[in-house]
Amino acid sequence: MKVMVCVKRVVDYNVRIQVKPDESGVVTEGVKMSMNPFDEIAVEEALRLKEAGKVDEIVAVTIGPQQAQEQLRTALAMGADRAILVQSDEAVQPLTAARVFAELARKEEPGVVLMGKQAIDDDQGQTGQMTAALWQRPQATFASKVEIEGESAKVTREIDAGLETIEVDLPAVITTDLRLNEPRYVKLPDIMKAKKKTIDNTTVDDLGVEAAKPLKLTRTAPPPARQGGKKVESVQELVSELKNKGLI
Amino acid sequence: MSKVLIIAEHEGGKLGAATGKAVRCAQDLNAEALEVAVFVHEGGDEVAGAAAKLEGVTKVLKVTNPANENALAAVLAPQVVSLAQDGYTHVLVGNSTFGKDLMPRVAALLGVPQVSDVMKVESEYVFARPIYAGNAITTVEAPDDQVLCATVRGASYPAAGEGGSAEVEDRQVDAEVPGHTRFVGREVHKSDRPDLATAPKVVSGGRGVGSEENFKLIYSLADKFGAAVGASRAAVDAGYVPNDMQVGQTGKIIAPELYIAIGISGAIQHWAGIKDAGTIVAINKDEEAPIFEVADLGLVGDLFEAVPELEKALDQA
Ligand SMILES: Cc1cc2nc3c(=O)[nH]c(=O)nc-3n(C[C@H](O)[C@H](O)[C@H](O)COP(=O)(O)OP(=O)(O)OC[C@H]3O[C@@H](n4cnc5c(N)ncnc54)[C@H](O)[C@@H]3O)c2cc1C
Ligand SMILES: Nc1ncnc2c1ncn2[C@@H]1O[C@H](COP(=O)(O)O)[C@@H](O)[C@H]1O
Repeated sequence: MKVMVCVKRVVDYNVRIQVKPDESGVVTEGVKMSMNPFDEIAVEEALRLKEAGKVDEIVAVTIGPQQAQEQLRTALAMGADRAILVQSDEAVQPLTAARVFAELARKEEPGVVLMGKQAIDDDQGQTGQMTAALWQRPQATFASKVEIEGESAKVTREIDAGLETIEVDLPAVITTDLRLNEPRYVKLPDIMKAKKKTIDNTTVDDLGVEAAKPLKLTRTAPPPARQGGKKVESVQELVSELKNKGLI
Repeated sequence: MSKVLIIAEHEGGKLGAATGKAVRCAQDLNAEALEVAVFVHEGGDEVAGAAAKLEGVTKVLKVTNPANENALAAVLAPQVVSLAQDGYTHVLVGNSTFGKDLMPRVAALLGVPQVSDVMKVESEYVFARPIYAGNAITTVEAPDDQVLCATVRGASYPAAGEGGSAEVEDRQVDAEVPGHTRFVGREVHKSDRPDLATAPKVVSGGRGVGSEENFKLIYSLADKFGAAVGASRAAVDAGYVPNDMQVGQTGKIIAPELYIAIGISGAIQHWAGIKDAGTIVAINKDEEAPIFEVADLGLVGDLFEAVPELEKALDQA
C-alpha cells in the first residue's frame, strides 16, 4: 500500500508573528519557516506504518513556492521515498488545495492520505475533510491512534467529549492530532541520503485543477491588546483582588 | 436578507452549547429565516424542542434516518448538502470537533469555500476570524453568489436566549449515505464539574503540577471556585489528565470570566486558548515565565504551597 502525506510550509511554531503595518498580512520575510507540526506527525505515522510492514511507499506532497522543497527534503530525510512539489507562488486556500490533493490521490492511488488536522498559519482545519469529500472517500479526523487492518483502518479520534473510535474502509483520508506520535529527529546522514531522492515538479494548472473562488482577505490586524503584567505579593492580596473584582 | 441553516449538535438527548452560540452568531446575519436542522436516528423531540426555544430560530427541521445514530461526518454531510440546496444562503455550525469535522466536507461537496472560526460578522458575507493562534485577526470576504459555509468560534459568542417557540417540522431528506464509515465506540470522560467549554470559571494545571496524583490539588481548588478544570498540552501529553481537558490553539478555546493557570509557562499555543478570558490569574514559581506578561494577576511562588494556602483563604473569605 502507498501512503500520500501532505506537508505544508508554514512559519515556525516558535515565531512570534508580526502583523504588517499596512494590515495587508503577516510578516513572513526573514522569518523561520518549517514543516507544519501536524504534518510532521503525519510523516512520522506514515514511517511507522511502513516499519510495521503495512505500507511500502511514502509520497510526500506540498503545494507552495519553490522554497517549499525544503519541507519536502525534510520529509524525505525523515524517510519518505519520493516527493511532489505542486508549485504555486500564491498561497492556495483549502478548497483549491483539496482539489489538488484529490486529483493527486486519483493519480497516485494511495491507500491512505495522511494530513495534519490544521495548518498553524491560517488555522483553517479544512483541507483533509475537503480532500476526502472530493475524492469521495472516508475521513478520520483528529487521529490519536491508527490501526490498519486489511482493507480498513480503525482510528481513535480526539473529540471534545473524549475519544471516539471509528472504522473506515480504505482508501481514506486521516488527519493527525498532537498525540498520535512523537516525530523523530532527522539525522545528518539521512539528510545526505535524501538529496538523492526525487522531487517531481508540477503546477495546479498542469494537473488540470480549476482553482476555487477564493475568500478575499481584506485586512489583517493584531488582536485587541490585553493589559497584563500585574503581580501580587501574597495569596492574601490575590484573594482581596479577586474579591474586588467580584470573582469570589 | 439571508436564509440561514444551522446544524445542531447533540449528545444523549441534549442540545450542545455550540449550537446556541451558532444561533447567536446567525442573529447578526440579517436573516429572514433562521432554521436549525437536527439529525437523529429516532425520537429527537427533546433536542428539537430545545432548538425551537432558541431566540431568533424560525423553524426546526427534524431529519430522521437510522444511519444518524452516531454523528459521522461522512454520513451527515450528504444529508446537510441535500437540505442546504433548498434556497439557504448560509450554513453554520459551532466550531466544536463535531462542526470542524463536518462542515468542510459539506462545503467541498457544495463546491464552496468555508470560513472557519467566525469571531464577528461584519456583514452578510464579511467576517473576522483568527489566524496564527489568534495572534492576528483577518477579515475575509466570501463570494455573495454562493452558499456560505462557516463554523462559529464558541469563545466569541454567548448562547442565544431561550425565549423562542419555533415550529418543529419533520423533514424528509433524499441523500445517499455511504457505508464506508462506521462507528465503533466512544470513551467519554464524565465529570460532575462544570463543562470546560462554557464554564464561567476555570482552573488549569500544567506540567508544573508534576503528576496525575498532584492534580488533586487542582481539582480541589476548582471545586472551591465551582470551576471547571483544564490543562496545558504538556499536562495532557504527560498523562496527568485526559485529552478533552486541553486548552489552547489546538485544544479548547474558552472565554471564562476567571481563568487560573497553575504551573503553566504560557506558551503562545496555550495563550491562544484563553485570550478572551475576563481575568487571568497565574501561579508559577518562575518569575520570568511568559504567562506573567499577560496575566492580570500574577503570583510568583511554589504551587504546592500557594494552592493549599489559597484554598484555605477561600474558606475564610
Ligand atoms: C502545533 C502545536 C500545538 C500546540 N497546542 C497547544 C495547546 O493547544 N495547548 C497547550 O497548552 N499547548 C500547546 N502546545 C504546546 C506548547 O507549545 C507548550 O509546550 C505547552 O503549552 C507547555 O505546557 P506547560 O506550560 O504546562 O509546560 P512548561 O512549559 O514545561 O511549563 C511548566 C511551568 O510550570 C512551572 N512550575 C514548575 N514547577 C512549579 C511549582 N512547583 N510551582 C509553580 N510553578 C511551577 C514552571 O516554572 C513552568 O513555567 C502546542 C505546541 C505545538 C507545536
Ligand atoms: N499548501 C499545502 N501544501 C501541503 N499540504 C497542505 C497545504 N495546505 C493544507 N495542507 C494539508 O492540510 C492540512 C490542514 O490544513 P488547513 O486546512 O489549511 O488547516 C495540513 O496540515 C496539511 O497536511
